[in-house]
Amino acid sequence: MQEGTQATTTLAAGRAGTRTGPRIGQRTIAFSSRPRIAATAAVGGPMEGDGPLGRLLDVVYQDSLLGEKSWELAETRMLCEAVELAADKAGLAVGDVDMLVAGDLLNEIIASSFAARHLDIPFLGIFGACSALTEAIGIAAMAVDGGYARRAIAAVCSHHDTAERQYRYPTELAVQRPPTAQWTVTGAGAVVITAGDNDGDTGGSGEYRGDDDARPRITHATFGRVVDMGIKNPFDLGSAMAPAAADTIRRHLADLQVGPDHYDLILTGDLSRVGLPIAMELLAEDGLDVSGVMDDCGLRVYHPEQEVGAGASGCASSALVFAAQVFRDLQEGRIGRLLLVSTGALLSKTSAHQGENIPGIAHAIAMEAPGAGKERGR
Amino acid sequence: MLRNVVTAFIAGGAITGLGQMILTFFRVRGLDLREATGATAAVIILAGALLTGLGVYDRLGRWAGMGASLPISGFANSIVAPAMEYKREGMVLGVGARMFTVAGPVIVYGLVISVLAAAVRYALRGP
Repeated sequence: MQEGTQATTTLAAGRAGTRTGPRIGQRTIAFSSRPRIAATAAVGGPMEGDGPLGRLLDVVYQDSLLGEKSWELAETRMLCEAVELAADKAGLAVGDVDMLVAGDLLNEIIASSFAARHLDIPFLGIFGACSALTEAIGIAAMAVDGGYARRAIAAVCSHHDTAERQYRYPTELAVQRPPTAQWTVTGAGAVVITAGDNDGDTGGSGEYRGDDDARPRITHATFGRVVDMGIKNPFDLGSAMAPAAADTIRRHLADLQVGPDHYDLILTGDLSRVGLPIAMELLAEDGLDVSGVMDDCGLRVYHPEQEVGAGASGCASSALVFAAQVFRDLQEGRIGRLLLVSTGALLSKTSAHQGENIPGIAHAIAMEAPGAGKERGR
Repeated sequence: MLRNVVTAFIAGGAITGLGQMILTFFRVRGLDLREATGATAAVIILAGALLTGLGVYDRLGRWAGMGASLPISGFANSIVAPAMEYKREGMVLGVGARMFTVAGPVIVYGLVISVLAAAVRYALRGP
């Protein structure tokens, strides 16, 4: 009887916007142990190597086939290598990792499944379209914060050619892309998440190459809900995802009872040139002025001369920008607080042909630079 | 939009202009019109298939749009491209089954319309 009452009280208090247990507000989780991001790794294809992130990527492959027999095998290998690199950087052997949360864009997420086969880590496959990175980080952080995993890896991948042949046309077909279309990133990113309260020692069997406490922390996660605004055009996914991004960001800020300037950077996954202004406008309509702090990963992967339409898309869009660039900014204190919001468009070839809408989803993860918590007296 | 219209015009015109040259060549060589037409189509189809195999035709299509898709070389591209793509899934269930994923509707509806057109002609003019 008493347990039931307690549960009801917790639920009611949560809804009122106060903090009870791990939940804040309506839809945000606060990680009391503040799991660390021990390391990240990012790998990319030739076009990604030619882009602004080029020299920041851990590996740039000169051939998007990676010498494999199919693009799917290449994508699988990229994910494997990203995970192995990240584990190595964190001073872990792959066998030390308790949990791999991974996803991609392929049917039945075969790239992740077959990568996990090779890696031999307990595998939680997820599908969030291009929102997979923050979905994976959120789940991994929950596992680590709750003590269910000591060391977890969140990893995602995407590949331009596997996406083209699955969602659109055979790659040698002569077609013109409309300017609102985006370019799926060929690459993979992995994030190693370890317990927040163990003095910086990842407890692995390798040698950690870094300062003990100089690692960013994950503070909150706000999982998004599916938002459908009736967009049907599969060549304009930015418009389909923008409402979901705005919804999650708005909810996250309301739950924490802070304004946009609480963060140094609010970074969406792949809204790109079309979707980003829409998301910012939707937030402005709710009185949230994000113009000073909001940017999009899809605009940071390629140079305009690379002719990628509205920008980059794919799970690897947010993975490459976060793992190769923004994580470093956090680590080195150039960014104090980050809200990473990967965005996904939930469609399949079948649903598009049947005339269905394209709903969007976005998950937000809040992170802070090492030592930031101490400075702000928390 | 205007740019695409112009490039499509140039590309389509160039391909069909080339077709005309080939047709004239065959006529000069003594083929009658019907035979020459067939031979010309075969040459253009071969060119489209070859350029698709070399990975060049899709780049032409990006620039030319319908100017590259509409001529019969585009039709060849629409069959060779999936054949190349699905080679990895085997000769029967890959290439065999999926070769016509793009060209299929063209064939189906082309045949349907021709039957309808023939029916209309028959109705109007008799056997």
